[in-house]
Amino acid sequence: METVSVDQAIKLGLTSLEFEKIKELIGREPNFTELGIFSAMWNEHCSYKSSRVWLSQLPTKNKYVIQGPGENAGVIDIGGDDVAIFKIESHNHPSYIEPYQGAATGVGGILRDVFTMGARPVANLNSIRFGKPEHAKTKYLLNGVVSGIAGYGNCMGIPTVGGEVEFDECYDGNILVNAMNIGIAKKDKVFLSIASGVGNPVIYVGSKTGRDGIHGASMASQEFDDNSEAKKPTVQVGDPFAEKLLLEACLELMKTDTIVSIQDMGAAGLTSSSVEMASKGKLGIEIDLNKVPCREENMQPFELMLSESQERMLIVLKEGKEKEAEKIFKKWDLDFSVIGKMTDSKNLVLHFKDEIVCDIPITSLADEAPKYNREWESTPLPQEIDIDQKLKDLDIKTCLKQLLSHENQANKAWVWEQYDHMVMGDTIQKPGGDAAIVRVHGTNKALAASIDCTPRYCLAHPFTGGMQAVCETYRNLSAVGAEPRAITNCLNFGNPEKKEIMGQFVDVIKGIKEACTELNYPVISGNVSLYNETNGVGIKPTPTIGGVGLIQDVNNTMTYGLKSSDNLLIVVGETKGHIHQSALCHDILYLKKGPPPTMNLQEEKNNSFFIRGVIEKKLAQSVHDVSDGGIALAIAEMCIVGKIGAKISTNLIGAERVKYLFGEDQARYIIEIKKDDLNSLVQMAKEQEISITQLGSTNLEQFAIDEIKISVDEMIKLNNNWFYNYNSN
Amino acid sequence: MKASVIVFPGSNCDRDIQVALEKFQIDTTMVWHQETILPKSDLVVLPGGFSYGDYLRCGSMASKSRVMNEVIKHAKDGGYVFGICNGFQILTETGLLPGALLRNSKLKFICKNVFIKTTNNKTVFTKKIPENKILSIPIAHNEGNYFASKEEIQSLKEHNQIVFQYCDEEGNISGESNPNGSFLNIAGISNQNKNVLGMMPHPERSIDQLLGGVDGQGIFQSLL
Repeated sequence: METVSVDQAIKLGLTSLEFEKIKELIGREPNFTELGIFSAMWNEHCSYKSSRVWLSQLPTKNKYVIQGPGENAGVIDIGGDDVAIFKIESHNHPSYIEPYQGAATGVGGILRDVFTMGARPVANLNSIRFGKPEHAKTKYLLNGVVSGIAGYGNCMGIPTVGGEVEFDECYDGNILVNAMNIGIAKKDKVFLSIASGVGNPVIYVGSKTGRDGIHGASMASQEFDDNSEAKKPTVQVGDPFAEKLLLEACLELMKTDTIVSIQDMGAAGLTSSSVEMASKGKLGIEIDLNKVPCREENMQPFELMLSESQERMLIVLKEGKEKEAEKIFKKWDLDFSVIGKMTDSKNLVLHFKDEIVCDIPITSLADEAPKYNREWESTPLPQEIDIDQKLKDLDIKTCLKQLLSHENQANKAWVWEQYDHMVMGDTIQKPGGDAAIVRVHGTNKALAASIDCTPRYCLAHPFTGGMQAVCETYRNLSAVGAEPRAITNCLNFGNPEKKEIMGQFVDVIKGIKEACTELNYPVISGNVSLYNETNGVGIKPTPTIGGVGLIQDVNNTMTYGLKSSDNLLIVVGETKGHIHQSALCHDILYLKKGPPPTMNLQEEKNNSFFIRGVIEKKLAQSVHDVSDGGIALAIAEMCIVGKIGAKISTNLIGAERVKYLFGEDQARYIIEIKKDDLNSLVQMAKEQEISITQLGSTNLEQFAIDEIKISVDEMIKLNNNWFYNYNSN
Repeated sequence: MKASVIVFPGSNCDRDIQVALEKFQIDTTMVWHQETILPKSDLVVLPGGFSYGDYLRCGSMASKSRVMNEVIKHAKDGGYVFGICNGFQILTETGLLPGALLRNSKLKFICKNVFIKTTNNKTVFTKKIPENKILSIPIAHNEGNYFASKEEIQSLKEHNQIVFQYCDEEGNISGESNPNGSFLNIAGISNQNKNVLGMMPHPERSIDQLLGGVDGQGIFQSLL
């Protein structure tokens, strides 16, 4: 066998110390194929080497959790014999290099994670973040990413029902594309990736293997520089049609009694899928690379093992079931090849031509992968500063108009109308609401889902920001009448080798942990994306949280558009006027200092419980959570969607009024109720010790705040136009 | 009424149309594209989706699939054929309906509720819908921009084959209410015999108040 040098190892993204460790683990020099396999398994993306020590601290259990982190996706009980299976994953680096394919294969990857486990995917969500609109690449990236998500999801026939879009200069050189999928399966038909049974055949199904995406996972584990364009060949190319066939074929196979375990070939392709299955089953695996279906000629073992060609699965079958399985894949015109078997050697053994080209212990690739306890430095809570002078003379109407027409608050229909959000015939709440609602097909219950993060809070104080992201999904689910059950997280950060970045990561994890624990709202799956840096500048810490909740009765859900012009508007939760890090300060006034709003988890929990009760008792006509832009923007949005006005009085002036209207105190909701229901509501709030305040009432065609008036029509125009104008020239 | 829904690889509204047909007590069989015999049916439905991935011109691969010979025969014998979205594209590719569906004029996929006017209620698919009734029905397509030659358009008009046209809430058929650039705001047409209908909007997505409306049900009721 040819041997390799430390220089080659470094070129593949390993450090010299890691190279020494490899030699020590296998007791000799690795050959080139083996080195490639180590580099693929030991990179940040696959090994979580910087994050593992911290991730293990997250709470992962409550009474609904059936499968927590460690599998292709997490599983929760949703009543009866149904389970929901979901996960979020990043595809940031590839989407920056090639936005259409990067985003498309991001959707493809997360779909496979979900249907690998036996679920039919029923809802796509995504969180996408771009640099400032004026940046030369932003428009191209936005259009490419949105088309890519649409191209893949629409062709698959899975509705894209929700998400978030944000612009901030910190993403100029590193956009974020986080894709989430939720599937539904039967409790006794969940498939795992733990291989078992020495001698069981290992089969390869799906598309053929090409040279695309080789080293994609390593690329995603490095910073960018000015030559990132040169990395285009590491981006995979998606084929949603092949995936649709693979989905149907796999679901058909899952109805038979043939599968031992199943794993999709995602990052690091055949390498990680085979190693993970064997490692979990504490077995060895032997693969004959001559049998891997190839799209290109003369593919070498290194390429076969590291290719990230899409739409492929690795399955361990029960012995003797090959014919039965093959028939299904042939029906769907997919490749099917028995490429190996499970062994008791505990090694990964690869045959190519007539040689053994790899023979290394599975444990050295998985359990023995490096784990770093990187140095970290916590971000202290910033001091409050006095900005009253800057606030006191602000024109409220101008502030509201600026917020309504700001890219981050603008109506996103331009984005979600490109996604088929109705296919499958169960979308009850389409994009644009507080949370998406998808009926569980053929039943009277539904899942609600929301995806959220407020990176400006996370930068100012990562611990608070981590808590807030979790709470915002919790609130959004509650606002549509769902009981929050569990989350998935996608942790997007800069370079963890810098202690302040590692500190952001650690603080955010601690924040998420605290919120999840208190809310009994555990993490069941997730993904970490580090090295989101270009030329040494990192993104704001962006822990995207995807929350999923259950609605028991599809006929009792809630929306936020105002319903009638003679109702009362109530704010639930305390308004203190915390203006630092608000959308107004950050995006409009460019005052970016000071602490984010304080989190009170007990209040989050109590107010959510109260809101769900109000919805259940049919006391509310509409409910909206208060987030970016505070009370003023929340009510404006309710007016816009309902095409009905509102009238509120603050009894305040100057800076205090600005803070009251645009402050972003947490755990708050606005509700619209009928006048006749006021007494019942007050009584309920009293019993549960919930703070509620009557703000005003609904109105005809105007939104009036004290003496300030703006027509609903004008607000609609301001809010609707940004994306169309931006993309029309 | 017995219906067969043709399932091509890449069809993805097959379940939705099945749910809709069954909701109106239409006995429905799903037929895989490789079948050479159609079950005895009054109605054949070509569902929405991306047949064969639509990597060639939309619907062109499906129009050549084995089962389509039977569908064409069924149509020529006077049987009902209903193509929705990708199904409409397939029908134009087979020549059962004239014209073609080009990319949307704004070059983007569009999924939203639109208004369509029932221009012809004298077909088997629309006979229970009042004439000129405005329906709110979703579209979801990238290639729905109907185009036909002058002669074909002339013939469509002469034979009263334009069944649905995009319009606004008040029924005005205008440029502003045209979501995809279709010639004459055409959203759906029939053949001369009126036994074949193709339309881009999805009536099967508009049969449940919980999902936002029931304006699509007139079509299914007409078929009963």
